[in-house]
Amino acid sequence: MMGESSVPSLRSGQAKNRRQSSGTAVCRWSLVVGPLLALLTFCSLPTVSFAQQKPVALKGGRLLTVSHGVIENGVLVMLNGTITALGAANSVSIPKDARVIDVSGMTVYPGLIDSETALGLTEISAEKSTNDLVEASDEIMPHMHVYDAFHAESELIPVARLNGVTNAMVAPQSQDTLPGQDSFIQLDGKSAQEMLLVRDIAMPLNFTGDQRRNESFDKRKFPSTRMGMAAQLRQAFLDAQDYAQRWADYEKKKAEAANKPASDNDKDKKQPPSPPKHDLKLEALLPYLDGKKLIVLAAEGPSDLQTAVRLAREFNLKFVLNHISHSQPVLDYVASLKTPVIVGPIYEEPQPDERYDAVYSLPAQLYKRGVKIAFASYGAHDSRNLPYQAGFATAFGLPYDEALKAITLNPAEIWGVADKLGSLDVGKTANVVVANGDPLDMKTDVKQVFIEGRQVPMTSRQTRLRDQYSSQ
Amino acid sequence: MLHRFTTRTYLTNRASGGKQTPTVPAGAKARVMPRLLRHGWKAVPSHGASDSICEIASSLALAAMVVCGAAAQSVPSPHNDILIKNAVVMTVSHGNIQNGSVYVKDGKIAAVGKDVAAPAGAVVIDAGGKYLTPGIIDSHSHIALDDDVNEATSPVTPQMMMIDAFDYQDKAIYRGLAGGVTTSLLLHGSANMIGGQAVVIKHKYGAQRDAMLFPGAPQSIKFASGENPKRVYGGKDQLPSTRMGNFAVQRAALVEAQDYMREWDDYNAKVKRGDQDAKAPKHDLKLEALADVLRGKLLVQIHCYRADEFLTEMAMAKEFGYKVRAFHHALEAYKVADKMAAEGVGIATFSDWWGYKQEAWDAIPWNAVMSMRKGVRVAIKSDSGDFARRLNQEAAKTMRYGGATEEEALKMITLNAAWIIGVDDRVGSIDVGKDADLVIWDGYPLSSYGVPNKVLIDGDVYFDRSLPGYGMPHYQEGQ
Repeated sequence: MMGESSVPSLRSGQAKNRRQSSGTAVCRWSLVVGPLLALLTFCSLPTVSFAQQKPVALKGGRLLTVSHGVIENGVLVMLNGTITALGAANSVSIPKDARVIDVSGMTVYPGLIDSETALGLTEISAEKSTNDLVEASDEIMPHMHVYDAFHAESELIPVARLNGVTNAMVAPQSQDTLPGQDSFIQLDGKSAQEMLLVRDIAMPLNFTGDQRRNESFDKRKFPSTRMGMAAQLRQAFLDAQDYAQRWADYEKKKAEAANKPASDNDKDKKQPPSPPKHDLKLEALLPYLDGKKLIVLAAEGPSDLQTAVRLAREFNLKFVLNHISHSQPVLDYVASLKTPVIVGPIYEEPQPDERYDAVYSLPAQLYKRGVKIAFASYGAHDSRNLPYQAGFATAFGLPYDEALKAITLNPAEIWGVADKLGSLDVGKTANVVVANGDPLDMKTDVKQVFIEGRQVPMTSRQTRLRDQYSSQ
Repeated sequence: MLHRFTTRTYLTNRASGGKQTPTVPAGAKARVMPRLLRHGWKAVPSHGASDSICEIASSLALAAMVVCGAAAQSVPSPHNDILIKNAVVMTVSHGNIQNGSVYVKDGKIAAVGKDVAAPAGAVVIDAGGKYLTPGIIDSHSHIALDDDVNEATSPVTPQMMMIDAFDYQDKAIYRGLAGGVTTSLLLHGSANMIGGQAVVIKHKYGAQRDAMLFPGAPQSIKFASGENPKRVYGGKDQLPSTRMGNFAVQRAALVEAQDYMREWDDYNAKVKRGDQDAKAPKHDLKLEALADVLRGKLLVQIHCYRADEFLTEMAMAKEFGYKVRAFHHALEAYKVADKMAAEGVGIATFSDWWGYKQEAWDAIPWNAVMSMRKGVRVAIKSDSGDFARRLNQEAAKTMRYGGATEEEALKMITLNAAWIIGVDDRVGSIDVGKDADLVIWDGYPLSSYGVPNKVLIDGDVYFDRSLPGYGMPHYQEGQ
């Protein structure tokens, strides 16, 4: 249900409906975007067809709830895709018909959330035919929807899943200033339909300089400078505002025409107005101009960061920050924005004039200033390594609990899905990982992943190759 | 004989690689030293008395060590005597030593053990119980070469010397150093079937160029195969554009080198016979370099991914009478590891990088350990300025994927990598006589949490995390 309803419609009047429907028509659009950290209503979470039939109880594990501390020797019960009980072993009664899995000595934690990936958009990086990463023919492409390319059967998805990544943001690559809209996925499901939890959940606005069309002097085209990028963005948002106005005017005239009392004189009868032409590109920008959806504002250095923020503010865009890997000199300014940061990746190499740990220490520096952070792999093949970034950040001062939060509860809150994901709490989706140790250390082996309570097969193309050649 | 313009050959290196057994005066008292001065570590003259040890653990976290002593009066010789004590010494070659010490003299490891005495006047570094490992060795790197990695104008360019492109001021050397890397093999890229000759460096950032060259390291040459050469030249409508073309180009080059060697042999034979009319063949740098491959003077390092190509490369090596030292990347090694082990070929591979191209599609993170269990010498390498900074973490992944022991994992970024480069008699483990390339770690090195606290090369502290700025005693901006 959510799938279809979230596809933008071409039908007349949709633009108007959408813009006026902030309270009521929300489920039709599958997501409530609301204020920045508002909880998202999962009016369309796919649960029924795949739901687990029988309760499952994980017994004896060390539960890292993320939201309310660590429970040693705990029990966690899942039913119908949801966590129905958890707590210390002696405080939780296990349903009689439950399948009990002994996880003594294991660590149990919520499924990890990767806040930017290309999962489902790529298979083999160098093979063009397997990539649907970005439509770089133009810089302003907000009407590109990654869900239209999302390949549910990608071999990369089980690989990430096997290491405990259960949810991810899928974003188009960053060559364009506005490359299209992100989707929020679950890494298991029968089809793309089920795995795409929230379509068009947010939209990147990239302002890192990489979006300039200046590869060579011969190939230079507009926008070949940051000035050009900014001007082009402003024009796009102004065009969208004008577009919204044209539709508003049309609706108003139409209503007036409809309400005009019938007259005997045909000549007096006002002709119904004709609707404006549809423009998918401009229409796609409207929920962002209305502040209903989140812009993911990417910049690296202090100058680009401040230009991008200025731009976003000119149009009252609601945003979270992305990357800011080389903005160390302005972290107080970042904190003053009171907005979360998708940070890094911390493997981004420092600039030549930066200390070796300038980027490694960024998460800790942001945390110290009260900024909510989340990590992202910014990749696809290496999404499985997401937890190690968080672990590494602790070596540079980020408290352990915050590191774990930055790949679970923080991203759930940032993306507005914290009512269902991000921690081990009763009522949340049963995305649960069982591992033989510290989730943030690469020596730890993930033993079992549950997605919506389903015990996901711990196999991938890679395990199959391993087994095939091990048996020789 | 023909002039070779490198000072390092395999043979001379072998001759110079003898181990030393330094003597440590029995009962000598350790003398502490260093002052962390703005310009670096300075030796403090010994005053001989028993009050000489004065260590104040910094209260400012990170266990920064502040060592006091009399005012510095002289710049030290670069190879102070150093005693590193109170460390978990991970020797790599002979297990871990709890609460162990390492005595360094003249830049070499002079003693290793639980109770190591050092002479008065030795600088004492109290590791505070931290882990001590050998310096990390990166057996496949392209840092410090600017954009001069590939002379991609011809598929056979063995006369390219990476040393001629070596940019010793590249900050990537520093960033690797801060990740614990002390030695790197800087290789030609993989655009060409036969690329060029590598340079081995020590990460002595802040030192002059020649001081950063690994003295006496054998000369490696880079071969490649598979997708890259065929893409680069196929893209220009040139040979090779297929794997058939790749190997035909390689074979043709080696055959040409054989002819070249024969011409010189004939000429030399004539001269020996006293033939006055003997005419010397033309000197050809390219063929001379290939002749050195055939003479076994160069370590052949081959960029190669696919199982079938390992077999072809090994067969060709056999046919022409040279040895393959290691396959690099080698992501499908697990499929034919027994065959590689039989030939004594090593691999320098990634821990879990995959899927970036077709020939990396069958990569599995168990490759390193599966190959190792079949007897292949395995190294984990960076191939990037990024991974070079955290090879310890990459090695740690082999403990998870396949169950490498701690020592096996560590070997993949130290001793095995040193073997691939041909310097395993000099570096790669904490053994008496080896270069004092050492890393003191904050946290357990084989984990997400291991970060170098101090890095020593040839007994000198080149990186110290507790120092402000870049954390480099021997470097200042603008140098």
